[in-house]
Amino acid sequence: MSLNVAKAQPAGFSIAQYLTCLTGIVWREGLRFIHQRERFISALVRPLVWLFIFAAGFRQVLGISIIPPYETYILYEVYITPGLMAMIQLFNGMQSSLSMVYDREMGNMRTLLVSPFPRWYLLSCKLLAGTAVSVLQVYAFLLIAWFWEIEPPPIGYLTVLPALVLSGLMLGALGMLISSGIRQLENFAGVMNFVIFPMFFASSALYPLWRVQEGSPMLYYVCLFNPFTHAVELVRFALYGKMNWVSLAVVAGCTAVFMIGAMLAYDPSRGLSRRGPAGGET
Amino acid sequence: MTELASPTTHNHPGDIAQPPGSAEKALSIANVSHSYGARRALDKVSLTVMPASFTALLGLNGAGKSTLFSLVTRLFGIQAGSIRIFGHDIGREPGEALRCMGVVFQPRTLDLDLSVRQNLLYHAALQGIGRREARLAAGEVLSRIGLADRDGSKVRDLSGGQMRRLEIARALMHRPRLLLLDEPTVGLDVKARADILNHVRSLAGEQGIGVLWATHLFDEIIPTDDIVVLHQGRVLADGKVARIIADAGARDLHSAFMHLTGIVPDPGELAP
Repeated sequence: MSLNVAKAQPAGFSIAQYLTCLTGIVWREGLRFIHQRERFISALVRPLVWLFIFAAGFRQVLGISIIPPYETYILYEVYITPGLMAMIQLFNGMQSSLSMVYDREMGNMRTLLVSPFPRWYLLSCKLLAGTAVSVLQVYAFLLIAWFWEIEPPPIGYLTVLPALVLSGLMLGALGMLISSGIRQLENFAGVMNFVIFPMFFASSALYPLWRVQEGSPMLYYVCLFNPFTHAVELVRFALYGKMNWVSLAVVAGCTAVFMIGAMLAYDPSRGLSRRGPAGGET
Repeated sequence: MTELASPTTHNHPGDIAQPPGSAEKALSIANVSHSYGARRALDKVSLTVMPASFTALLGLNGAGKSTLFSLVTRLFGIQAGSIRIFGHDIGREPGEALRCMGVVFQPRTLDLDLSVRQNLLYHAALQGIGRREARLAAGEVLSRIGLADRDGSKVRDLSGGQMRRLEIARALMHRPRLLLLDEPTVGLDVKARADILNHVRSLAGEQGIGVLWATHLFDEIIPTDDIVVLHQGRVLADGKVARIIADAGARDLHSAFMHLTGIVPDPGELAP
């Protein structure tokens, strides 16, 4: 009777099989990224608008003194570039995590979750794949910024990579945690208002923290405890081949906490249960 | 209303000619209940799928079929009861249980922008199957469903029937011993439906795969099938189709179903 049915396989998976799974998930995310040109372009236009318009307008208003990691006076455009890089990752992380929880990508999440690998591993691979896409977007942005005379040292393009991977993971995991835990934030507008904007503006992305401290000591502390500030600073230092240990510790710690929280909070029946499973069938 | 089988009965030794001891169940669901908040979607559901059998899960829309599929595939956590796939408990050994299983969900789950081959390779990676082996397996399953010449096409360009066949082929990539299909013929024309039904029946007959086929269409079921009647979250009857009809004293499955559920059919809802 059983002609072609495979015999019982050995239990568990080898490391090679884990890697096959990871590369498969990243490969698919990459293919989808290539196919969705609009998504790529809009992810690129957003920071470029800030760089070309906002930064040019603010150049005269904000004077930046010499603060680490910079060794000379810099233009405002140079200052906000790391913040915009992190912003790309913030948007990307929130967007992809939201679609993992709510039903836009539900069909594909089903395919992913019937894989026999442990769920925490599948979700981690998915976060890593989303991060890989955000890193590509950041490098595309850096390329265009280079023509705008944002010219970090050549080695910076290499040293910023691990910082981008870590900050991308942190923001993706945060997105997953938030969208799993807070029912009201199920559309992107809600996430924009209550997560992206506060995180972005209450950080060192657009203005150095000593400037904030002069204006409002309380806001300074808010910024200081904002993990996004540390993602920005980690990226800023790494882009100039330097290391900010405090930011590294904060970002690594937050990544671990957010990831564990997201794995625990992730419930695939979310986004389904109120209407019943996809297709209207219960 | 007389109930033909107790909802908790899930094994009919007389129905399936299996020597004792060798009959490891492909799928065994025992006393599974599930609620969405206050709404009870499944109430003490028990059923069994044997290897090399075609078991139809018959129920109207809203009977709880998709909820049951979500539980069997570990998409939802089990609230009460137990589900075993070839002896592996889905809660305790999800990896081993899922490895034995191929699934075709009711909503389409293919990447439309990716090619036929890319979809298959992605699925293979999710099963931990290496590239070389995956390419061989992809070629094999594609030629079996007659799509070998379309392997470079975007899935978007396939017909509805071809997409469904591709989803079935994808579910077979890792050679599962249990195949679950949730209303796989929805939205297909008569010929595509018949093709898919024949194909899946042959998988059970020739390859010894245990098949659980959820449907609300009576004409997809033949008298020799095993069948489980699910209505409002409860199993009303299970066994061979012929026996259920006989026990209900009905002429055909359709009237047996009406008798069991005690409902008056809406002609649009039920295919006679």
